[in-house]
Amino acid sequence: MKFWKRLMCTARRRSPWLFHMNSGSCNGCDIELIAALAPRYDAEHLGVLLQGSPRHADILCVTGPVTNNAVGAVKTVYEQVCGPKAVVAIGSCPATTNVFIDSRTLDGPLDKHLPVDVYVPGCPPRPDAILAGVVKAAELLAERGGDPAKTPVVIATGGCDAEHCSCAAAQQAAASAEVK
Amino acid sequence: MSPIVSNLITALARFLIFPGLVFAIPASWFFLWLERVAVARMQERVGPPFMQPFWDFVKLMGKSTPPRPGAAGVLMRAWPLIAVASAAGAVGLLPVLPTQGGFEGDLILLLALLEVPSMCIIAAGFSSRSIFGEIGSAREAALSVSYNVVFLLAIVSVAASQHSFKLEDLANLPMGSPLLWLGVIAILICLPAKLHLNPFSLPNAEQEIYAGPMTEYAGPELAMWELAHGLEWVAATGLVATLVAPHLAITSWVGAWLAGAIFVAISFGIVLLLSVLAAATARLAIDSSVRFYWQCTLIFAVLAISSALFVRFRS
Repeated sequence: MKFWKRLMCTARRRSPWLFHMNSGSCNGCDIELIAALAPRYDAEHLGVLLQGSPRHADILCVTGPVTNNAVGAVKTVYEQVCGPKAVVAIGSCPATTNVFIDSRTLDGPLDKHLPVDVYVPGCPPRPDAILAGVVKAAELLAERGGDPAKTPVVIATGGCDAEHCSCAAAQQAAASAEVK
Repeated sequence: MSPIVSNLITALARFLIFPGLVFAIPASWFFLWLERVAVARMQERVGPPFMQPFWDFVKLMGKSTPPRPGAAGVLMRAWPLIAVASAAGAVGLLPVLPTQGGFEGDLILLLALLEVPSMCIIAAGFSSRSIFGEIGSAREAALSVSYNVVFLLAIVSVAASQHSFKLEDLANLPMGSPLLWLGVIAILICLPAKLHLNPFSLPNAEQEIYAGPMTEYAGPELAMWELAHGLEWVAATGLVATLVAPHLAITSWVGAWLAGAIFVAISFGIVLLLSVLAAATARLAIDSSVRFYWQCTLIFAVLAISSALFVRFRS
């Protein structure tokens, strides 16, 4: 039994399958996510695969500040991902709604609707930061299995430490994580 | 020991050990890895680690599945299991180590078993009631009607030249026979469609129709589909390897090991060939694929079977 548990832990860490969901993003973060999967960064050597169906995915990657139109879709897709699952918020928009804050067409940020596990702040974040976020989410999945998220993790962008970074996005994201 | 008991033991050993389950499941993971790595290298990527298909399988076994009430739910759970069972049976029939285990007509059984996973995929897409699953199933059905004509004609032409539907007799065909090579090339043309590889990957067209018939599958059921796909790889490449491999008279353990090694090496080469083709081509539309099989390759298959019949009537 213990052996099976350890095996499952390793398997979850080494085989994160993604589903990419755009909740009203400007496409900047989407392009960076695709760059992370493309040959230069080659996410597949970490076992990452982009899946077409949310039923196949372990990690839901959400970009965008969650517009009013996207709320239903975000919730539905989250329900369709089978557990154990994790959510990665890519970019500053899902973390804080970024420059669209207080817009009447938004119902964000993302953690109002879903439990977010990893924030990757940046406008847009670099592909290596996105990969670091996905790997972190896979480690969280391996640790906690089907249990819900405890405290979200913030991934530093561009090699800086999120807690001490001067860039606005990192600070905003860190602040939103602390508020939770 | 009576011949019935020894035959039964041989058959069980073939189904369970070599080339059956104990060999075929790791081999299917290895082939899936090899396919992904070959595509990655063609795209100047590193590709997944060696154990990746195994980790994917274990992870999927540990995931939950959505509730599936009613008879449709039971059917949806049953299709991947039927697919795995029949693909494993097909692998077990391959005469890698020529013994007395084969029987007259086992080629027909092998072809039927190879066809079952494809039918399961069609049924699975329709029973999932997902619009994307139904589109994928309709494409799979149209495609299988087109490539199977060529595939079956090619195999029948090889069998007709040998006057036998026994796999072992086909394995014993002399290497230089042009008829054999005509048949093997026709089979190789059909393999990308049978394995849903790139120029003909439209049934499960990733992203385009989500995941085709697999869209609603999750967790252990999806793991079974992956396993069935891997076993199909082993069975289909094994069938070609059986036809192509030079016939060895097995008298000792060394000969048996050599036969096994040649079988694995030829399968390896075919996987590489198909992966390179998959990486180098883009997905065709359904009408182009169907036209390809009905217009271009059918002539080829008709040529093969007519020359086989000609050779047979002359002899």
